[in-house]
Amino acid sequence: MAHTLAEKILLSHAGVDDVVPGDVVNVRCDVVMLNDISGPLAFQTMQRMGADRVFDRERVVVVPDHFIPAKDARSAELQKRVRDWAEAQGVALYDQGRGGIEHAVLVEEGWIVPGSVVAGGDSHTCTHGALGAFGTGLGSTDVAHCLAFGEFWQVVPETIEVVLRGTRAPFVEGKDVVLAVIDRIGVSGGTGAVLEFGGPAVASLGIDERLAIANMAVEAGSETGLFAGDEVTDAYLAGRARLPYVAERSDPGAAMRDRLEIDLDALPTLVAAPSSPGNVKPLADVLGEPVHQVYVGNCANGTMSDLRQLAEVLRGRSVHPRTRLIVVPASRTIWREALHEGLLDVFSEAGAIVSTPTCGACFGGSNGILAAGETAVATTNRNFRGRMGAAGSQVYLANAYVAGAAAVAGELADPASILGAVTA
Amino acid sequence: VILRASAVRIEGDDIDTDVLYPGPFLNIEDPEQMREHLFEGLDPGLRDLLVGDTALVVDHNFGSGSSREHVPQAMRASGVRCLVGASFARIFHRNCVNLGLLVVLCPEAVAVARTGSELEIDSDAGRLEVDGQAFAIRPIPSFLLDVIEAGGLVEAARRRSGA
Repeated sequence: MAHTLAEKILLSHAGVDDVVPGDVVNVRCDVVMLNDISGPLAFQTMQRMGADRVFDRERVVVVPDHFIPAKDARSAELQKRVRDWAEAQGVALYDQGRGGIEHAVLVEEGWIVPGSVVAGGDSHTCTHGALGAFGTGLGSTDVAHCLAFGEFWQVVPETIEVVLRGTRAPFVEGKDVVLAVIDRIGVSGGTGAVLEFGGPAVASLGIDERLAIANMAVEAGSETGLFAGDEVTDAYLAGRARLPYVAERSDPGAAMRDRLEIDLDALPTLVAAPSSPGNVKPLADVLGEPVHQVYVGNCANGTMSDLRQLAEVLRGRSVHPRTRLIVVPASRTIWREALHEGLLDVFSEAGAIVSTPTCGACFGGSNGILAAGETAVATTNRNFRGRMGAAGSQVYLANAYVAGAAAVAGELADPASILGAVTA
Repeated sequence: VILRASAVRIEGDDIDTDVLYPGPFLNIEDPEQMREHLFEGLDPGLRDLLVGDTALVVDHNFGSGSSREHVPQAMRASGVRCLVGASFARIFHRNCVNLGLLVVLCPEAVAVARTGSELEIDSDAGRLEVDGQAFAIRPIPSFLLDVIEAGGLVEAARRRSGA
C-alpha cells in the first residue's frame, strides 16, 4: 500500500503493521527536547508517572532559551532547576552561552536527521520537518511521558502536498512561501495534517529557507511541515548528523488530503498583518505604515541567511530615528559567524542592538517588549494580539529584507526602493 | 464518561493560547497561581464565571498557537471539566486530554449553548444535552477516552506501568 512520508516515519516508529490516518499510535522518539518553560513542568510529572530516570539519556536534549538570560528571580529558578535536572539525569545540556534557541541548536548540532521523530516541548518543533524529521510540538505532560517511556500518542495525520514551482523574485524568501501557504489554507486548514513540501523548486531552497517554511507549519494548524531529505539535506548533514539515516519520500499514489500549487514566479513579497499569521497581504498593500521596532530573530529566522539579508540593507545606512532595531542571532554559532563576517559591526554601526540568542521578545518574554500603540516588524512566527507586549501593540511578520527596509525607512517599505531592483 | 457542568460561552474563532495565558506568566509553575492569569489577554472577567464544574463552549480552532500547558492547567484548577467546541487546535486539544479534560466536538451544541446553560455529556453514548436538548457528538477515539477516564495521562501511564 502506498504511504505518505509522514506515514512511513510513524510506521517505522510505532510497532504496528500498518497505519492509516485517524489511527492512534504510540510513537517512539529519537530525540526529546525541552526548555526552561516546558521542562520544569515535566520533571515532577515524569516522576508521578513512575519514572525516576529518563528512558535513554542519549536521546534527551535540554536547551534553556525562553527567559535566557534570566529576566527575574522566578526565571532564574526555572533555569537552575533545568540545569540541575540535566546534570542529575546525565542528558545533553546547551546552557546559556553555549547554545541558543532550541530549534536552531538541535539542527546545528546534528540531532535532527531525515526519518527521525523529534518530540519537543515547544510548538515550533515542527521546524525540524525542514530536515525530513517528524518534529512535533507537545505540552509538558506529553514531554513527561516521552522522558519516562520514550514515546507519545499520536493520531496519524493526513498529508497536504504543497508543490513549489518556478523561481523566486528578489526579496521573496522562505517566509513569503509559508505565508502564501497559510494564506491559501488558513490558520486551521492544516489541522489533522502535515504539510509536505515538494516540487521542482524545492531543490533551490537552502536549509535556512526550509527552516523558515517548516517553522510556521503550526501556524496553519499542522503537526509538522516536511521536506523529504535530498542532496541539500545530505550536504548540510555531512559530518554533522549524530544518527544514521535513510531519507524516504512519499510513495507515488499515496493518498493526500489536498494538493496546493504555489507558483513562485508570481509570488510577491508578503507580510502577515496584525493580529494573525493568517492575515496575509502583499507588502505593496501596507507600505508607509510607521514602524517603531524591528526584530530580526527567532527559532527559524535568526539564521545567517537572515542576518546577511539584513546587513545587505543596513550596510552604509542608518536605522531611522523613529525606529529601534533588535537583532537576535539564533545560536552562539550563528552569532560568532556573524561576528567574523563583520555583520555585527554593520548592525551596531547602523544603530541596532545585537542580542544574545534568546526567544526573548518573540513571545513577549523580555528583551524588547512593545508599548501600547507601537508597531513592530518581526521575522518571527506569531503576531497574535499582545504577543510581543501590550495588547494595544501590533506586529507585522515579514522576511529579513522587509525588516531591514522598515528599520531604515521607519515605516513599511519595499526593500527594492532601498537596494534598487536587484538582479537575483 | 458522564459529566454535568455549567456552560461558559467564549465566542470567536482562532482564539490563541497567547491571549488565553500571556507569555510573561510562563515562568509560573503552580496551577493555583496560573489561575490568576487565565484569559488575561482575552477577557479577565471570564475568570469570575468559572464557578463549580464548568464546560467551556468555544468556536473554531480554539487554543491555537503555543504548546504552553499553563492554559489547560489553569482551566482545570479553576473547575473546568470539559470543553465543547466546533474544533480545537492540535496541541491544546491533546494537552486537555492529557490532563483528563473531556474535549467534545459538537458545532450544533455550540450554536445553541449560552453561558449558564446546563450541559450533560455522555461520551460513551456519544450524546450531549444542552438544557435538555440532545445532540450527537463526534466520535472520540477509544485511546483518548481511556486517558480521560483514567483522569489524565499520568494516571493512565501509572495504570499501564503498574506503578
